[in-house]
Amino acid sequence: MGAGHTHDLHVPGDSIVHRTAPEAKLVAAFVFVLAVAVTPRREVWAFAGYAVLAVVWVVASGIGPRRTITRLAVILPFITFAFFLPFIGGGDTTDVAGFELSTEGLWGTWNVLTKAVLGATTSIVLASTTPVPEIVRGLERLRMPRLVTGIISFMFRYLGVITAELGRMRTAMIARGHDPRWLWQAKPIASSAGAMFVRSYERGERVHAAMLARGFRGTMPTFDDRRAEPTDWLRAALIPALAVSLALGGLLT
Amino acid sequence: MHAPDGFLNVGTAVATGALSLGLLGMAARQAGDELADKQIPLAGLSAAFIFAGQMVNFPVAAGTSGHLLGGALAAVLLGPRLGALVVAIVVFVQALVFADGGLTALGYNTLNMAIVPAFGGYACYTFFRRFLPANRSGVVGATGLAAMLSVVLSAVAFSLQWLFGATAPVAFDDVFGAMVGVHLLIGIGEGVISALVVSAVLAARPDLVFGARDLPKADLVGEARVPARVFVAGALVASLLVATVVAQFASGDPDGLETVAEEQGFAESGRDHALDSSIFADYATQGVDNEALSLAIAGVGGTLLTLVVGFGVFRAVGSTSGRRLT
Repeated sequence: MGAGHTHDLHVPGDSIVHRTAPEAKLVAAFVFVLAVAVTPRREVWAFAGYAVLAVVWVVASGIGPRRTITRLAVILPFITFAFFLPFIGGGDTTDVAGFELSTEGLWGTWNVLTKAVLGATTSIVLASTTPVPEIVRGLERLRMPRLVTGIISFMFRYLGVITAELGRMRTAMIARGHDPRWLWQAKPIASSAGAMFVRSYERGERVHAAMLARGFRGTMPTFDDRRAEPTDWLRAALIPALAVSLALGGLLT
Repeated sequence: MHAPDGFLNVGTAVATGALSLGLLGMAARQAGDELADKQIPLAGLSAAFIFAGQMVNFPVAAGTSGHLLGGALAAVLLGPRLGALVVAIVVFVQALVFADGGLTALGYNTLNMAIVPAFGGYACYTFFRRFLPANRSGVVGATGLAAMLSVVLSAVAFSLQWLFGATAPVAFDDVFGAMVGVHLLIGIGEGVISALVVSAVLAARPDLVFGARDLPKADLVGEARVPARVFVAGALVASLLVATVVAQFASGDPDGLETVAEEQGFAESGRDHALDSSIFADYATQGVDNEALSLAIAGVGGTLLTLVVGFGVFRAVGSTSGRRLT
């Protein structure tokens, strides 16, 4: 489906995480992130436990620490915001290396930092071990409306085509000396984006006509009909179950 | 604005999640009636377009660049219901597959980035259309203004969620002021780009613009009258005006929101903060007696300061390599 275009999200492999059925992985990822999110920030030991579980996940999936850390960069903007909290937060202050920092602000930084890193790592493991068509099938089996899964799979199928086309337009403009530096010079880029919308829409119409011609009746045929077996659910449940017990521990103390 | 996990508290995440899910369910049912099964490829390609549009870098100032958010643009092109749905799907996929935004933050992220900009932006669009001529310029102008306001609306929505779900001791006033200030400026870029994109689509296929369906094709041809440079200048003036108005709202005594917060026991988030002695503290300028004037100066000064700081930050970290062939 989308594989082989521009997004090299999926890391091919045969690890235990790769082999687990997508719907089980999706549920596991949601439960894990939810357990992390509800844990009170001061239960530092629980977060240490989550970190161990996340590392186990990354190692078991064989995607490698470097790829994981590089892809964690997407959360940087909000982490930057989190680092301001000790300086702008109110309340009691703590002395850190000569600075009077807000205690609650420091806990705020810790809270956002740990939860964001753990959440992002979870979705990196999920996306690296599951090709997009399988994620879509997993969502379908979890009863996500067909309208939504259909839109997602078409979006992925043509995302590479559209970004490549935009890239070619940009290259062509730069090759002709276009070098916009101010907002009011944005017209050529915006116009090509507008042209891109028209082309995307018309491509959608053509694709739909082609699908009808090939006998499309509202549902896509599936070739790989492997559903989650009890062993899939058991395998996938291991890490979230440990995370939930940590969260319960944190909530009850 | 892709907030990560744990950015707001669990109650807010659950409440916004339920709200988003309900609204999107309604939007999906109505959008489904509008377009029949043709919509799946069309909506999928529109989602891919919005996704790709968010990756295109537009020039902002002195060679720095920013990117489109697309909520209001999607609403004007596809209609508010399908637009909200498509952008929500983009946000969902970004969280699930690209680790951009937390899975437990999906409730407020879809609300702030898809639902509020699409429905709020479209409401602004229909509002402005009433006062603008019923032709191409009117559609383009209304799109620009609505896209600009849609960004501010999502900043307001985020600040309101912060009021109820703050995870750090930063007062609502500060978050509100900073978010609205910054997003007024981001909104100028969003407005200009959205207007230009709609203008380009009108030139090629006016029938594809949902927001212009009421107009005959003959009224949609021709060039837009307002040059982009004038639009940018106008938007800057408008955002300064809005800043003075916002500053009035943020004034002294507990306003409506703070009263609600106190009654509901959320008032602990309203503590004063360490910048109390800054010259814009409490949004009033020291040494100016007339309260309204003083607030107005604080609002304008704050916006200009945001502009300068934002410009400096973008200058420092932004890519200035506009010429690179990548």
